[in-house]
Amino acid sequence: MFKILPETHIDFMGRRRWFFGLSILVTLIGVASFIAHGGFRQGIDFAGGRLIEFSFSQPVGIDQLRAAASQAGYAQAEIQPAKGRNVALFRIAEIRSAEQRGGEVSISEKITNALRQSIPGLQVELLREESVGAKVGAEIRSQAFWAILVSMGLLLLYIAFRFEFRFGLGAVIATIHDVIMTLTLFSLLDREITMPIIAALLTLAGYSINDTIVVYDRIREQMVRLRREPYEQVLNQSINQTLSRTLLTGLSSIFASAALLLFGGEVIRDFALAMTFGIIVGTYSSIFVASALVLELRKAAEARAVAA
Amino acid sequence: MGGNFRWKLLSLIVLLGLSVYALYPTVRYYTMSEGDRAAMPAEELEALRNDALNLGLDLQGGMHLVLELDRTGMQAGEVRDAMERAIQILRNRVDRFGVAEPTIQPQGEDRIVVELPGLLDRQRALNLIGQTALLEFKLVKEGADASRALERVDRAIAEARRAQSAAEPDSDGVEFIHPLIDLMPFYPDMPLGAAFIPAPDLAEAESLLASVDVDSILPIDAQLQWGATPENYQGYTGRLLYVLDRKAQMTGAGVSNAIRRIGLDPARPNVAGVSFTLNAEGARRFRRVTGSNVGRLLAIVLDNKVVSAPRIADRIPQGRGQITGNFSDQEAKDLAIVLQAGALPAPISIIQEMTVGPSLGADSIRMGMQAVAIGASLVVLFMLVYYHASGLIAVFALVLNMIFLMAALAGMRATLTLPGIAGMALTIGMAVDANVLIFERIREEMRAGKKVRSAIDAGYHRAFSAIFDSNVTTLISAGVLWWIASGPIQGFATTLFIGILANLYTAVMFSRMIYDVVASRTDMETLSI
Repeated sequence: MFKILPETHIDFMGRRRWFFGLSILVTLIGVASFIAHGGFRQGIDFAGGRLIEFSFSQPVGIDQLRAAASQAGYAQAEIQPAKGRNVALFRIAEIRSAEQRGGEVSISEKITNALRQSIPGLQVELLREESVGAKVGAEIRSQAFWAILVSMGLLLLYIAFRFEFRFGLGAVIATIHDVIMTLTLFSLLDREITMPIIAALLTLAGYSINDTIVVYDRIREQMVRLRREPYEQVLNQSINQTLSRTLLTGLSSIFASAALLLFGGEVIRDFALAMTFGIIVGTYSSIFVASALVLELRKAAEARAVAA
Repeated sequence: MGGNFRWKLLSLIVLLGLSVYALYPTVRYYTMSEGDRAAMPAEELEALRNDALNLGLDLQGGMHLVLELDRTGMQAGEVRDAMERAIQILRNRVDRFGVAEPTIQPQGEDRIVVELPGLLDRQRALNLIGQTALLEFKLVKEGADASRALERVDRAIAEARRAQSAAEPDSDGVEFIHPLIDLMPFYPDMPLGAAFIPAPDLAEAESLLASVDVDSILPIDAQLQWGATPENYQGYTGRLLYVLDRKAQMTGAGVSNAIRRIGLDPARPNVAGVSFTLNAEGARRFRRVTGSNVGRLLAIVLDNKVVSAPRIADRIPQGRGQITGNFSDQEAKDLAIVLQAGALPAPISIIQEMTVGPSLGADSIRMGMQAVAIGASLVVLFMLVYYHASGLIAVFALVLNMIFLMAALAGMRATLTLPGIAGMALTIGMAVDANVLIFERIREEMRAGKKVRSAIDAGYHRAFSAIFDSNVTTLISAGVLWWIASGPIQGFATTLFIGILANLYTAVMFSRMIYDVVASRTDMETLSI
């Protein structure tokens, strides 16, 4: 039998304050980064705007790209040339109403023409173009908000129904913790929050809760068996008994999402980054945070019962 | 292996049969060579493509547009009618454009989603779809009528400017006498029947006109309208500003047929134009209008821009006309298409667009599939190293899961998107979880001294509640995402959802069947796990 871990007897509950402290510290870093960056960088699907990506038959300098954007009437466009490839991305924050009408010569056409004029023989291919009007952006923002709210609510209900309410609360807080950690990473790296990132956050919420539930399931089973043991003992044992499974599943999920991150291409890179990081913190929180929260909630309830 | 096992086996055979049936068109379609496809009758190929797994626009390239109808001044019922007509007209235009499998669907009250797979010429598609294509014929005001109108506007702009500079104390006190007319070098001459404004002054003229309410200043029967394309006159390049009758003599609703023609304008024999035929009602009107206005200029106005303004030489009896201008060949062809398909009932705006070029789409498929393959190999290797023969069972379950997933996607006519491929990769990573749970439990039971058979029984039995509850939570997330998101992200949610459902079957039921077969044949002492 090949084993990743010997049988463990780690006292997770005794050290829970350390883990809470660590999580709070990271959250504070996240909040600081959020304030320092003036909020999250929103993708065009939330903020509205236009994104145009071209590939060229030969290298094109940033000055030439900028000149072409100015000639098209968008001197303030944000331009990112890709490293090592003849690809450039233009981001334009504003969509003028005339551009939403057909029959006008579009910006990408104007940029293409300007580049072809300044560099004879250059071939320009439009890789992708996305535009989102301000109104649609606001709608997608509210969709994202509701998606997160509704799924958290439903998850809380389901776990409260299958376990105790305390467990539901613990699992949902642990999951919100994972979402905050992932958002912190994105804020620190100054990456954009887009609808695919929201999808990744929801998926990792499902994943993290899934991971937590396996531990809770063991607690549920052990509580019946070990009625006389102290509560902390039951929690510790349950986490230790499920530890190798938690790590194994985390590892196999990371194999899949890291493959996406490294080999899946640029379009889904940020999505895969959110997933990979989310799986890591999700695994962490299932081991170190979720059950400890249940313990705290129970202690608080006992204290209240004593006081009454 | 009792009766229970027989039922399980039957369910497996039925599901596999259904999967093969659902997947057959997909495998056939995507493995056919170009030659085979060309050899197949068109209808049969079409049917095959319909049954095969669809690739999303992000994978095969194409254009996704969300259009919004301008519903200003419409009642609710009118909006419904206008939407129906708009969709019909867009369908006509797109059909003639020649895209395989376009989708045009209403969304909500006043939106239309247009999907054009595999499209290459983005600009052309935008022109075709976005134009209102409202064609109007209006008489041009010339001479004193036109001058009076222009001077009235000019005066109003001057006054507005004076009022503005009086309000600003630190202005330099420049007098504005003829702000608009000063931009017209030939005034009061009206070359080509309209005021000529050179290109460098165009922006200035446009902002002057926008600064006042031109329509309320002009006489009630007059309006100003720009020429559609630049004109050259005496060495200048610029645009024409026409003074037109406000009332249209007739509209494009009377057009029954329109085609592109080369050399309609004798002065420009190589330039394309559009010649159109009117229906009976339109022809009668045209006859009357041309008959009673011989010698005047008749402006052909498309979407509030004057395309051309030929002089009526004589009464035109047979209901035929032509539009000439600075068209390229393609533009003339597309103009003919939109004229024939008819005008949209109201202007539309493109409020969302996603266009993916075919090479990026091909890249995405290649890299996405590569990532799935690498991820799957790592997971398979991991399971085999860690659980040996039992790991092999989990790998079989995984393969079966993927077959079911693809079959369900094909059978449901779902669309495979790039996020969908990502969903597949994640499904592979997460699907082994159920088997990990079971195997870890079996190991635990064996450590506790149970025999192989009873350890397997207990392992499956005890792990089930954890597997069930944990999968339901992932289903909830995927379900909410499916419900709220659209497009590629919805594809992700679909893949994840089906992947998890299939996983509940393959990882629990199917793997158990294999154990049942293996462990019942021999009175096992040891288990490779």
